[in-house]
Amino acid sequence: MPGEPKPTVGLFVTCLVDAIRPQIGFAALQLLEEAGCTVEVPQAQTCCGQPALNSGDDRDAAHLARQTIAAFEGYDHVVLPSGSCAATMVHGYPDLLAGDPEWAARARAMAAKTHEITSFLADVMGYAPSGRRCDASATYHDSCSGLRELGIADQPRALLAHVEGLEMRGLPGNDACCGFGGTFCVKYSDISNAIVTEKAEAIEETGADILLAGDLGCLMNMAGKLHRRGAKTRCFHTVEVLAGRATGPAIGEDAP
Amino acid sequence: MNAPSKAPFKARAKAALADPVLKTAIDRTTGNAERKRAAAVAAFPEFEAARARGKAIKDHVVAHLDHYLEMFERNAAARGAQVHWAADDAEARAIVTRICLAADARLVTRAKSMLGEEIGLPHALADAGIERVETDLAEHIIQLAGEAPSHIIWPAMHRTREQVAELFKTGHHPPPAAEDPATMVQSARTQLRTKFLSADIGISGANFLVADTGATCTVTNEGNAELTTTPPRIHIVTAGIEKLVPSTAHAFALLRLLVRSATGGEMTQYTTFHAGPKRPGDADGPEEMHIVLVDNGRTKMLADEFREMLRCIRCGACMNHCVVYRQIGGHAYGGTYPGPMGSVLTPVLDGLAASRDLPNACTMNGRCAEVCPVGIPLPTLLRAWRRRSWREGLEPGSIRTGIGLWAQLARRPRLYRLATRIGLPLLRLFGRGGWISRLPLAGGWTDHRDLPRPAAQSFMDQYRAQQKGRK
Repeated sequence: MPGEPKPTVGLFVTCLVDAIRPQIGFAALQLLEEAGCTVEVPQAQTCCGQPALNSGDDRDAAHLARQTIAAFEGYDHVVLPSGSCAATMVHGYPDLLAGDPEWAARARAMAAKTHEITSFLADVMGYAPSGRRCDASATYHDSCSGLRELGIADQPRALLAHVEGLEMRGLPGNDACCGFGGTFCVKYSDISNAIVTEKAEAIEETGADILLAGDLGCLMNMAGKLHRRGAKTRCFHTVEVLAGRATGPAIGEDAP
Repeated sequence: MNAPSKAPFKARAKAALADPVLKTAIDRTTGNAERKRAAAVAAFPEFEAARARGKAIKDHVVAHLDHYLEMFERNAAARGAQVHWAADDAEARAIVTRICLAADARLVTRAKSMLGEEIGLPHALADAGIERVETDLAEHIIQLAGEAPSHIIWPAMHRTREQVAELFKTGHHPPPAAEDPATMVQSARTQLRTKFLSADIGISGANFLVADTGATCTVTNEGNAELTTTPPRIHIVTAGIEKLVPSTAHAFALLRLLVRSATGGEMTQYTTFHAGPKRPGDADGPEEMHIVLVDNGRTKMLADEFREMLRCIRCGACMNHCVVYRQIGGHAYGGTYPGPMGSVLTPVLDGLAASRDLPNACTMNGRCAEVCPVGIPLPTLLRAWRRRSWREGLEPGSIRTGIGLWAQLARRPRLYRLATRIGLPLLRLFGRGGWISRLPLAGGWTDHRDLPRPAAQSFMDQYRAQQKGRK
């Protein structure tokens, strides 16, 4: 609306995107600005704390929760290009801090305005990309935390439907875990390997040029397995395609 | 018969992963179960409402357990059954063995019961010199093989029909005439028939204990529970106290969930309510009926964060939909109960120190909770065990150190930035092309898959540089 101030968004890029694939962060930033938000990237962000939370180390997880809340609670919305880190803030933080009189309400307040990026774009901002093109076939893996803890399933597909030239192919077992599981994949690497091998086989069988997903952890697991197997499938985060940034090297491909 | 291998969990899992026949067997059964459950739920529009009701029924009973236990005992006694209370597995074994010895029993038939496995009943009977005949077809198979169940609904699901044919060839006298399932089933039927009729005691579990009638309920698809509990002189029921429901109507409300979730059927072939021993004028039935109510850690769960696990109706849907179970099968878990529900229960039964791997060997993908017919938040409960394991110092030093160092950095954003500034270029040295295929201390990753080479400059540094450029 004219005259109405733009909503402010604190972008939490996630530790994996920060270190492994910054392009996902820039794609997210671009999409949020296109959707009409004023985006800031607080420098006090590191990791959401999920590795500690899932290892049972609640003390460190709670410390990171408080640190992150303090850095982000001032924005209208907190947005992340990851369903699993978003779910940690939406469900994990209020649980972790439930017994802390000073922080419990702050954790709940922040959880209420924290979103995974595709659901934020589609559900909150009513955004749809326009003028984007990607001439390729693609298949989509539903990352578990986003799917089951945040109900992200239709939003990425609806957004991707606006990308011209993109042919979406169904992935059998699209809602079955890829075997990443955070620290699980290194703690129980043999089991994780068996799971991701089945996932890679299913992806290869679709014959799709591109694998898309909304979580870099899962993508690194699947991309790393596909590459080890010699598959030609290229892997991108959903937002890279939505932002028209899937034109360069895919995950694991060398920059020119 | 809980006789897990002594090898550590990871070694058991590795051995299971290396067994292609096991994988074939698991895929056949769990794949079928998943498809059939999905079809059954799709054809039952009230499923969500039924699930909410099932959850409410179990929560109500758990909240008023003492009330319903007393009601059950009173009504079962009024029907002539003898009710026994066992605080733990040893007491339960002792009670059953005492009843068997007092009756001078030589031959006992048993209908499949996971509670019986939990309390170690098969071994106890063998130790007392009593012949035990398992009458459920799958239990018959694993008895011949000398194994423990690998699934709570299909105890022999780890064996292919080809392997069962081999077992029956040596275990049946005479051996089956052919290897097709119908001939093999007929052969098992012939083997078991004489035992059904000559057993002194029949032992069953219970799917439900109905408080207002004092009846116990068994469901099977083979009719073996009826033949186990009716002809012998004595019928013994062993059941966990969480099996209570207020009334028969409540049992049926839960049955609608149980059967669909377990096998994808609408109803089991046989649903039988056992209400006391034979009465004057009854055509058949046991002369004595004993009901052994087993606690074995359940009242402890009632008081702590694992209380919601007492809702479990033992349908097996969580394991059928578990990516880990579907790779390693049931035996690798090493407890009586495998899969997600087993990973919550085994630390209760066997202690966390001996089983800390189980709650950790989970990707937290949440599919188990999604299919659970009574809405048990299994990942939340598994996380609670992880928390306790961390607090009690049971997690390995390497993990504690790794998480500790990482947390020290993550708690200091400036230091974290500095570390990425130094660390990312160093990590990149291990890469060839865009990938790292071998990395010291990261074999857990690179043994099996390549690692995308990190960025030369982190997002935060690139972003900051851009912001400065804008100004």
